Amino acid sequence: MALLAELKESLSGWLGRVFKRKASRIGIYGPPNAGKTTLANRILMDFTGETIGAVSSIPHETRRVRRREGVTIKGDGYSVTLDIVDTPGLATKIDFHDFMSYGLAEDEAKRRAKEATEGVIEAIKWMDNLDGVLLVMDSTEDPYTQVNVTVVGNMEARRLPMLIVANKMDLPGASAERIKGAFPQHTVVPISALKGKNMELLYETIASRFG
Amino acid sequence: MGDVQINMISANKLQSMSTMDKIRLILDDVSKGRIVILEKGLDPREEAQLIEHTMLKIRDSQFYGIEIQSYPRSPSPWSILRRDGNRLTVIGPADRMKTVKRERDVIEAIIS
Repeated sequence: MALLAELKESLSGWLGRVFKRKASRIGIYGPPNAGKTTLANRILMDFTGETIGAVSSIPHETRRVRRREGVTIKGDGYSVTLDIVDTPGLATKIDFHDFMSYGLAEDEAKRRAKEATEGVIEAIKWMDNLDGVLLVMDSTEDPYTQVNVTVVGNMEARRLPMLIVANKMDLPGASAERIKGAFPQHTVVPISALKGKNMELLYETIASRFG
Repeated sequence: MGDVQINMISANKLQSMSTMDKIRLILDDVSKGRIVILEKGLDPREEAQLIEHTMLKIRDSQFYGIEIQSYPRSPSPWSILRRDGNRLTVIGPADRMKTVKRERDVIEAIIS
């Protein structure tokens, strides 16, 4: 079954390359609060003048997948058109009590937890419909999490291009080196999506990796 | 502190099980408060399915999820092609197991 699934994916990828789709579909993945929506908003603001979703310090603010099609990222000597898919944060545990510690009432915390579980499931299902992934990590946090290991493993198994975005480099204690040490086989681009730091390098790398 | 049951599953047993059997075994044990150690962990697609089924269990019952840790897979393309990247994996209930240190070759966890 696994072999059949792999053959199907390889064939689909090959057909996609031969009959070149208009735009590659790139998923933005990562744990909750890594800055995925902040990054999606930054990319969209820079190239379309719009945003894709609200951000919050409470984890699991994004609980549904959001898509923006045909975003052209361009700069000096490069241009690539992508469909951007912003996904809910992946997690292996969700406890509504955690949301209550941010001041949410019990009912609201339980509702948020339920929606967050559905968001994680939706994000995982989307892995089958992508051409590549931007894996966003919080540079101040430990990168050896199961969520990161699982996303990296899935992209490698599907042989899809992936770029690791070391976000929040503006914060004290941030280290892109720690992430490079954890996943030495992948390109790591250090940025701050919130401050717009090093975005030019990210756009150039996105164009060369996903173009 | 109450007793903690640890179930260690051999690579041989895992090899003879389907993905759904593995996921059912893990979630059944962990939701009963047990720690599960897999001699050879799940492959990436199975890990994604485990997360998916963990979310369904959280949504539908009084379960807060799992703490799961394995060493990172070998970065060499050869080992990815040979699919020999699965390494020992520890899984426990999120409300009882807490990982305190993770490195390429060391995992330290506290069980309460």
